[in-house]
Amino acid sequence: MSTHVLAAEDLSGFGTDPWWLIVIKVLFIFVFLVLSVLLTMWAERRILGRMQLRLGPNRHGPFGLLQGLADGLKLGVKEDLVPKNVDKWVYILAPAAASAPAFISFAIMPFGPQVSIFGHQTHLQLTDLPVAVLLVLAMASMGVYGFVLAGWASGSPFALLGGLRSSAQVISYEIAMALTFVAVFLYAGTLSTSGIVDAQERLWFAVVLIPSFLIYMVTMVGETNRIPFDLPEGEGELVGGYHTEYSSMKFAMFFLAEYVNMSTVCGLSVTLFLGGWRAPAPISTIWPDANTGWWPMLWFIAKFAMVMFIFIWLRAAMPRVRYDQLMKLGWKVLIPVSIVWIIVVATMRALRNAEATTTTWLVVVGAGLAAALVALYLWDRAAEKRREAKETAKEQEFATLKAKPTAGGFPVPPLRAAHYGSAVRDALEAPRPERGTSAKEVTGA
Amino acid sequence: MELYVPILVLAALSAGFAAVNLLIAAVAGPKRYNRAKLEAYECGIEPTPQPVGGGRFPIKYYLTAMLFIVFDIEIIFLYPWAASFDRLGIFGLVEMVLFIVTVLVAYVYIWRRGGLEWD
Repeated sequence: MSTHVLAAEDLSGFGTDPWWLIVIKVLFIFVFLVLSVLLTMWAERRILGRMQLRLGPNRHGPFGLLQGLADGLKLGVKEDLVPKNVDKWVYILAPAAASAPAFISFAIMPFGPQVSIFGHQTHLQLTDLPVAVLLVLAMASMGVYGFVLAGWASGSPFALLGGLRSSAQVISYEIAMALTFVAVFLYAGTLSTSGIVDAQERLWFAVVLIPSFLIYMVTMVGETNRIPFDLPEGEGELVGGYHTEYSSMKFAMFFLAEYVNMSTVCGLSVTLFLGGWRAPAPISTIWPDANTGWWPMLWFIAKFAMVMFIFIWLRAAMPRVRYDQLMKLGWKVLIPVSIVWIIVVATMRALRNAEATTTTWLVVVGAGLAAALVALYLWDRAAEKRREAKETAKEQEFATLKAKPTAGGFPVPPLRAAHYGSAVRDALEAPRPERGTSAKEVTGA
Repeated sequence: MELYVPILVLAALSAGFAAVNLLIAAVAGPKRYNRAKLEAYECGIEPTPQPVGGGRFPIKYYLTAMLFIVFDIEIIFLYPWAASFDRLGIFGLVEMVLFIVTVLVAYVYIWRRGGLEWD
C-alpha cells in the first residue's frame, strides 16, 4: 500500500552514487555551510554597518572577509569555563546537540539538476527522500534539545528562562511553518525536494501560494530566533539567553548552529517557494541553457543570498517584539490563517481536478464568502462586547480606588496624580462652567 | 535504504565536527582558576541559589509543549493527504475538512479557556 502512495515520485536518480561521490558531496555540503556561516557573519556586520552609517569590520583580509574566521580562532583559544553548579555532562554535550542536527537538513537541498562528475551522472543533491521536507522539520526539532538542555544544565535562572523561551518559541513557530508546507505539497503532489522543484518549472509557488510564502517568511524568522523574534537572547532581560554560561568553542557552536539553521530555512524557502535551482524568468527565456549543467548552482546561491539579505535587513530595521505578542502572533494569527488558507487551497484544487462547472465554482466561492462574512460579523460583535466589558471593569476599578485607595488589599498611590491620567479625567468630569461666567470666576483668581 | 546512507555519512561528519570542537575547547584554551568566574552570571550580584537540575519554571512552557504535540500530529497527518490529494478527489477533501474542524474545536476550546494567553 505504501508503495502505491509513493508511486508519484521518481527517486530513481538517487541512491546510486558510488561511495567516493557521496564523500565528495558530503564534504561539499559541509564546506558550503561553514563558508556560508562565515560569509553571512561578515556580510551581516558589513551591511548592518552600512545601514547604520558606519563601516563595519574591514581589517582582516580584503574588505574584512576573514573577520568570521578570526572570530572563530579567537574563540578557540579562550578559556573553556565550566561553572560550578552545572550538570556537567549535559552542559558539555548541549552545544553538540544543537549544532550536529543543524547540518543534516542540507542533505536534501537540491543545488541543481543532473550533471556529470568524473564521468558519473548524478544529481547536484546529496540525496532525496519520499519524506524529504519531514527530515528538515525533524532536524529542527532535534536542534531544540540543544537549546533547552543548555539552559537547563547551566544552573542559572537567565539561562533556564532563555532555554525555555527558545524552545517554546521554536516549537510554536514550527507548527505554523509546517502548516505552510501543506499547501506546497498539495500543488507539488510530493514531499521530495527534487519533485517540488520540478513542480515549479512553470511558476514559482511563491507566486501561486502567496499567503503560504508570506507566513513562511515570518515563521522562518521566528524559527531561527532572529530579530524581531530574538526573545531567547533578549540581552536587556536575559543577558545572553541559553548560552549565558558558555564560553570558548562551546559558545561558538551555538553561534554556528544559529547561522546554519538560518542557512537551512533560507535554502528551504528557495527550494519550496522560489523555484529552487531554476533560473528566474527573464534569464531562462533569454538564455535557454541557463537551467542545464552547473549553472543552476549559481541561481540557487543567488536566491539563497537574497533571502539571507532579508534576514539581515530585518535585523537592521525592526525592534524586538514582546514575548506575549510573539506567542500571540504564532498561535492566534499564523496558525488559524494557515489552516483556513489550506482549506481554501484544497477546495480550489479539488474543484479544478473535478473539472467543476462555472455554476459550481460560483456556488462554492459564494458560500465561502458568505461564511467568511458571517464569521467576521460574529467576531466583530464578540470583540465589541469584550471591549465594553473591559471598559466597564476599568471604570469600576477606578471608582473603587478613587473612593478608597486601600481597597483590594494593596495601598495604591493617590489617583489624583497627573501621570495616572486622572487630572485629564477630572477636568472632563468636572461640571462645565455656565455660559456667560467669566474665566476669572471659574479659576478663582 | 541507499537513499538514507548519505544522510548517515553527513550526520557522522557533523557529529565528528562537534566532537572535535568540544575537544579543541577543552584542550586549546588557558586554565586560570578564579572562584568568582565559576559562579553563575547574574550581572555581578550574588547568584540566586539554584537546585541541582534546574530551578522551577512557569507551567506555561509545559502547556505549550503539550499543545505543540497535539498540533504537530495533526500536521503530520495532513502531509500524506496533501501529497496524494489529486488521487483522493472530493472524498479526500471532505474527509480532511471534517478532521480539521474536529481539531479546530479543540483549538477553540484551548483559546476560550485561556490556554493561549501569556501575561
